[in-house]
Amino acid sequence: MTSSYLHAPGFIAGDRPKIVTSRFEYVDSYKIDRFIATGGYQGLRSALSRPAQTVHDDVKSATVLGRGGAGFPAGVKWGLTPQEVWPRYLVVNGDESEPGTYKDRLLMERDPHQLIEGCLIACYAAGLSQCFLYIRGEMAVAQERVAEALNEAYEAGYVGKNILGTNFSVDIVLHWGAGAYVVGEETALIESLEGNRGMPRLKPPFFPAANGLYGQPTIVNNVETLANLPWLMTNGVDAYTAIGTKTSPGTRMVAVSGHVVRPGVYEIVNGTTTFRDLIYGEEFCGGIRNGHALKAFVPGGGSAPWFTSDQLDLPFEGSQVGAAGSMLGSGAIMVMDETTDIPAAALTLTRFYAHESCGKCTPCREGGTWLERILSRVVDGKGTDADLAQLIEVGESICPGDFPHASNEALGLTAVPFPYKMTTICFVGPSAYVPVHSALTLFRSEFDARITKRTMIKVTAVGVSS
Amino acid sequence: MSTTESHNEAEIVVDPNAVSMTINGKSVTARKGEWIIAAADRTEDFIPRFCYHPRMESVGMCRQCLVEVEGPRGPMMVVSCMTPVAEGQVVRTDTDIVKRAQEGMIELLLANHPLDCPVCDKGGECPLQDQAFSHGPGESRYVEEKRHYEKPIPISGLVFLDRERCILCDRCTRFADEVAGDPLITFTHRGNNTQVMTFPDEPFASYFSGNTVQICPVGALTAEPYRFKARPWDLQQQESTCTTCSVGCRTVVQSSRDEILRYQGVDSDPVNWGWLCDRGRFNFQSTNSPNRLSTPLIKTESGLVAASWTVALDETARVLRHAQPGSIAILGGARGTNEDAWAWAQLADALGVDMRDAQLDDGLPAEIFGYPNATIDDACSAATVILLAPDLKEELPVLYLRLRGAAEKKKIRIIEITTHDSGLTRYAWKSLQYEPGHQAETVQQMLSTPEMQEQLGRGSVVVVAGRSNLSEAAHHTMAVVDTIATTVSQVSVLPVLRRANVRGALSLGLAPRGSTDAAAILEASANGKVDCLILLGADPLSDVPDADLARRGIAGARHIIAIDTFLNNSSAHADIVLPAAAYGEKDGTTTNLEGRVTNVAQSITPHATSRPDWMIAVELAALLDHDLDILTLQDIQTRITQTVGGFDGLSVSVAVRKNGILVSVPPISPLQVHHDAAVKRNAYEFRLVVARKLYDQAIGTAMSQSLAALAPGAGVFVHPHDLERVGAKDGSSVRVSNTTRSVILPVHASVAVTRGTAFVPFNQKGVDIRELLQATNGVTDVQIANIS
Amino acid sequence: MSRLTDAHVALANEIIGRYPRPKSALVPLLHLAQEQDGYITRDAMVHIGELVGVTSAEVYGTATFYEMFKFEPVGKYVVNICGTMSCALMGSEELMHHAEQRLGIKAGGTTPDGMFTLEHAECQAACTEAPCLQVNYRYRYRLTPADLDELIDDLSAERLTHEIPPHGTVAKVRQHIPSHRGVGVVAPELVTESPAWLNGKAAL
Ligand SMILES: Cc1cc2nc3c(=O)[nH]c(=O)nc-3n(C[C@H](O)[C@H](O)[C@H](O)COP(=O)(O)O)c2cc1C
Ligand code: SF4
Ligand code: SF4
Ligand code: SF4
Ligand code: FES
Ligand code: FES
Repeated sequence: MTSSYLHAPGFIAGDRPKIVTSRFEYVDSYKIDRFIATGGYQGLRSALSRPAQTVHDDVKSATVLGRGGAGFPAGVKWGLTPQEVWPRYLVVNGDESEPGTYKDRLLMERDPHQLIEGCLIACYAAGLSQCFLYIRGEMAVAQERVAEALNEAYEAGYVGKNILGTNFSVDIVLHWGAGAYVVGEETALIESLEGNRGMPRLKPPFFPAANGLYGQPTIVNNVETLANLPWLMTNGVDAYTAIGTKTSPGTRMVAVSGHVVRPGVYEIVNGTTTFRDLIYGEEFCGGIRNGHALKAFVPGGGSAPWFTSDQLDLPFEGSQVGAAGSMLGSGAIMVMDETTDIPAAALTLTRFYAHESCGKCTPCREGGTWLERILSRVVDGKGTDADLAQLIEVGESICPGDFPHASNEALGLTAVPFPYKMTTICFVGPSAYVPVHSALTLFRSEFDARITKRTMIKVTAVGVSS
Repeated sequence: MSTTESHNEAEIVVDPNAVSMTINGKSVTARKGEWIIAAADRTEDFIPRFCYHPRMESVGMCRQCLVEVEGPRGPMMVVSCMTPVAEGQVVRTDTDIVKRAQEGMIELLLANHPLDCPVCDKGGECPLQDQAFSHGPGESRYVEEKRHYEKPIPISGLVFLDRERCILCDRCTRFADEVAGDPLITFTHRGNNTQVMTFPDEPFASYFSGNTVQICPVGALTAEPYRFKARPWDLQQQESTCTTCSVGCRTVVQSSRDEILRYQGVDSDPVNWGWLCDRGRFNFQSTNSPNRLSTPLIKTESGLVAASWTVALDETARVLRHAQPGSIAILGGARGTNEDAWAWAQLADALGVDMRDAQLDDGLPAEIFGYPNATIDDACSAATVILLAPDLKEELPVLYLRLRGAAEKKKIRIIEITTHDSGLTRYAWKSLQYEPGHQAETVQQMLSTPEMQEQLGRGSVVVVAGRSNLSEAAHHTMAVVDTIATTVSQVSVLPVLRRANVRGALSLGLAPRGSTDAAAILEASANGKVDCLILLGADPLSDVPDADLARRGIAGARHIIAIDTFLNNSSAHADIVLPAAAYGEKDGTTTNLEGRVTNVAQSITPHATSRPDWMIAVELAALLDHDLDILTLQDIQTRITQTVGGFDGLSVSVAVRKNGILVSVPPISPLQVHHDAAVKRNAYEFRLVVARKLYDQAIGTAMSQSLAALAPGAGVFVHPHDLERVGAKDGSSVRVSNTTRSVILPVHASVAVTRGTAFVPFNQKGVDIRELLQATNGVTDVQIANIS
Repeated sequence: MSRLTDAHVALANEIIGRYPRPKSALVPLLHLAQEQDGYITRDAMVHIGELVGVTSAEVYGTATFYEMFKFEPVGKYVVNICGTMSCALMGSEELMHHAEQRLGIKAGGTTPDGMFTLEHAECQAACTEAPCLQVNYRYRYRLTPADLDELIDDLSAERLTHEIPPHGTVAKVRQHIPSHRGVGVVAPELVTESPAWLNGKAAL
């Protein structure tokens, strides 16, 4: 019988500070008994023993950055709700589906109570009276673990009415999706939670904190963001900011996948760890597999423009990576060695975003598929020079103007910093173009080698090519 | 445009909501909260767009309207249909990057578009075609296989959908959900496979479906009655007003080769916001019907035979001349223009006719206009709207849209006092159900609760009053309106009588004198007191609720003269039938339910020999030696403005403007309200509610082939528990009886019906419930027996 | 059977009761229908529309947006092989190719015996364990073609039924909010005051 992996694998511990993975060493880390035995719900007690506003202040001064992609400080976001508008909701973004990203599922499967505790702290601090925990539809085990943990926590009085005997009452409702990447975008997440098609909605005021679920002020936070709060409450702001840098304190979960010796998920010190550490460091991935050389890597999930070895010494830190022409996104590094077929690799991502378009904006719906079709023709060796030119034309319809990319010494390229101008509502449309643009900019010769040097095929009325 | 327009122009008003900004360097004044695209629409710089519609929420779906706005970090690209204006905002619609984006968008939209313009109904009036020329890249480089779907599929009896042409702008789906409240078409699937669809095998059965065809920016949605009928460049068009009901929606009437081919809604801010209901939109087919009356008819031994106008008019004059003094009666006039009504009222005055009524015992007394008058806008901005009215969705559809929209946006609170669930019930703040005969009690109780008192004290209250139940006496509603008007402060009344120009006709001289209303006239006729009954576009045998009374009245009249567009149940009994010009065949003005006068325009020549009603009146007057001193329509309008109080502001030049002019109400004698005690049940179990559905056997619907089939047919509806009690199955036949008569109807269960009442739609094909109605009874109680 | 069973209606009403607006329960209810029938039937959509108070067209519009909902019967085991970048780099294409050979169907197809449906899937949040797949949303990681063969053998022989439920069931554990502990929902328009604990004092 094939072995089953009920316990999500991939986490690689190390001799580093642990904020969110401290219980991962236990096989029963997801049980309430283990949780409580290892300091669980202490952060909640500590929060409840202070006025809500001071808890909120702590989260602000600790600069807990959002881990869902945009890196926006959670404490600041909570403060954006309009005054005196009630009720306010918390929506937990557990839709993890950005290519390369693997961390929220681990946190949900292996320490669901920590997440629940984080939700409770957020609700207490920001005055949120109901919490919806949205888990990606395909994550059966995460849904089971969180459901079980919620059932335990309700029974034990940690969730629901008069938590720990106080006047703090909040329901946490487990909600689950049904397969749509774009639902991870926070406004689409809210649409989905309202029972609608998960299409991003962009209406001024532009953020859910003002106008979210059912038109009420709504805080959307990523699973990992919330998982930081129990430790922060238990150990205090100073202990938290002592780890990492001033602008990026604490730790981050990073998944490194692809052609490395030891692919895995690591909790790293925020802001200081470099890509070289991560890819080559012995406590991390231990270098490129089978002695091969690094060709390129995606530094921040499938939506991020690509880096090459020129960028290895950049730290895993938002503003520096942005200036270098990419973004940190969701903490996902995908590594390609020199055996990689670059156009084909780019196609896997472009196809992903084209397939995951919600269909709302013209450029993403039509442009994404168009990019995918041209690119797959090129990958199949049936492309033309005109096809390569057309890729860029379509890309410019999605993102007019300069497009970010990394510097490259060998090619004599200087970096164009993030972000880009876009004609779409959300980042899915541009993301279909990102791999095309990165691959064409950094590895044009591979495309040239791939195409038959024909001029553009003229399709006549009967479809005969000349 | 209201009369307030004439205020002092020199007065400089500083608008606190004004915002100054620049678009392409030119300064523009905008209103706070407005989108950039709306501000730009007042300049010469056109921003291309597909999904934006000023009467719907913006969605930012097509991305065609991108512009650049100066921001702290340089110019930002934003969609102008969802970005609000701001003080000092600098907008550019003409930079290279904006042009690149706009061209790119057109190219992407055309990528999957079939480009079958030569065979597309939209060709020539297609925003995609037009904007591809003005803002497109000039050529398409798309060489991939296009999306393929089954070519036009009918999504309802009226609308076809071609998904290959659809550019997914969300206009039709948004309209269905947001404006009509009928989310029966939606986007399905995702990404590149997104499409507009209904639920499989379930039609887009909305009373408002035609609007989606009008607002579709491509030829994806087409209306069955117009498909392949004409090319836009062959169409002539006239702005006019729909006269199917008294909402008075503004339209353009489009015709070609002397045939009406299409109505399109026109955005009149105080009235219809551009929308039309399907009945109003598509019943032009009846104007083109081959069944129209072509020549006058005169009764002979062998039935009605064609006659010349000279003969028919002479004969009519002879009948009128020989009638006993005081024995001429006129019924009808509410379907014509103001001018028609006035001319006939003049003739009636000349002939000393006292028996006249523009209604057919199916409305409310004209005194309803005696209360302070509310407009549609007043109702849509009142703190409270009290509905004492028929189901507005069925009778005055676009008024329903307006009120529904206001309630959805939480602008108004609706208190509905009703016998059964109506279209507005789900949007009502409170819906109070009463059993016919207990309206007064229900309202008394309501007025006495603190919650209601608090609500009614919150600001203006508009009572929407009409005849909600044809089997209950009109004075029950009048009494209740009076109670509310006298006990609640800040009340005004929006009368919702449904025939298009009933308000105009009643105000211009066709209101009953004293208590001699239609019922009294028919009773007089039945008693042999009418020598000549003139049916002015009226069909008592179909429309008067008491069928027996109508029958006796028609039978008792010594002579009947019918002026109509079709031969109907009643005019078939006439001695002389004069063919009248229909809507679209004559000019004039009409008065809507709020007292707004707008023009109706002639688009085609009248069918065969038919003539406008007013002209017939004038000619008859001349033959009878009463010179009305009228040669033209303008003469009538001049005389109306000179002689009819309240209409003094009327002039054609004002009425042809799309918002028309509000006339004030001519003085109406004080109402004699009689308050009945609640009517006790007899031994019968069900109290009858009879009301109209949008589609019935009305001639305009029945003679429009696309609409005729939409009428649901006769039946009796009871609450599921009552159905169980009767022991009948849904769809089986039951005998419905009052103390003297019975009819057999199919029975259906409906939770919309209050227990203990039975709902029967009026004027449907099949057995006629009017057999059980008696004008003298306040209410009608019936027994229902299972006979299967 | 295609309307929800009485037991499922009871469950559906419990789920609906957790949301301030019933329509929010739409996706969970669709999962319930798929759990019942293996796919979403027309009648189930009508029934769900009735339960949450929206039109069937709205249910259909929402349902077809999401990948996991099937509108025709699928295999007892739906095998989703991830083909996004990390898995592709680690050989998911060969894995898919092998699966197609082994099952005798193309991606998107179902075996004639109704046991397997094979699908190309997108990133499954297991990128470090590439190449990976899910069978009815239960993972298998770092698969070689031989591992895949063994998995198909086990599934064919029904040796994994304890772990992998038939298609339609996603989570086997459901949330249950005990009535004495739940706060309950209030329609947002009825809430006018700030939560009790925002009174400037510590709650504990
Ligand atoms: C296309 C798209 C997909 C996204 N997917 C996710 C996701 O799967 N999980 C997530 O937490 N955030 C995702 N985000 C980011 C969310 O919109 C949002 O910023 C985040 O959940 C906020 O949480 P944080 O502030 O705690 O990071 C996505 C954003 C975009 C544009
Ligand atoms: S960019 Fe794509 S996914 Fe995002 S809203 Fe537009 S169409 Fe939808
Ligand atoms: S059918 Fe027409 S109105 Fe509807 S989405 Fe398509 S293009 Fe827009
Ligand atoms: S609501 Fe009345 S006036 Fe308006 S389109 Fe319909 S029938 Fe005509
Ligand atoms: S018109 Fe603004 S996005 Fe369509
Ligand atoms: S790429 Fe396959 S799991 Fe992420």
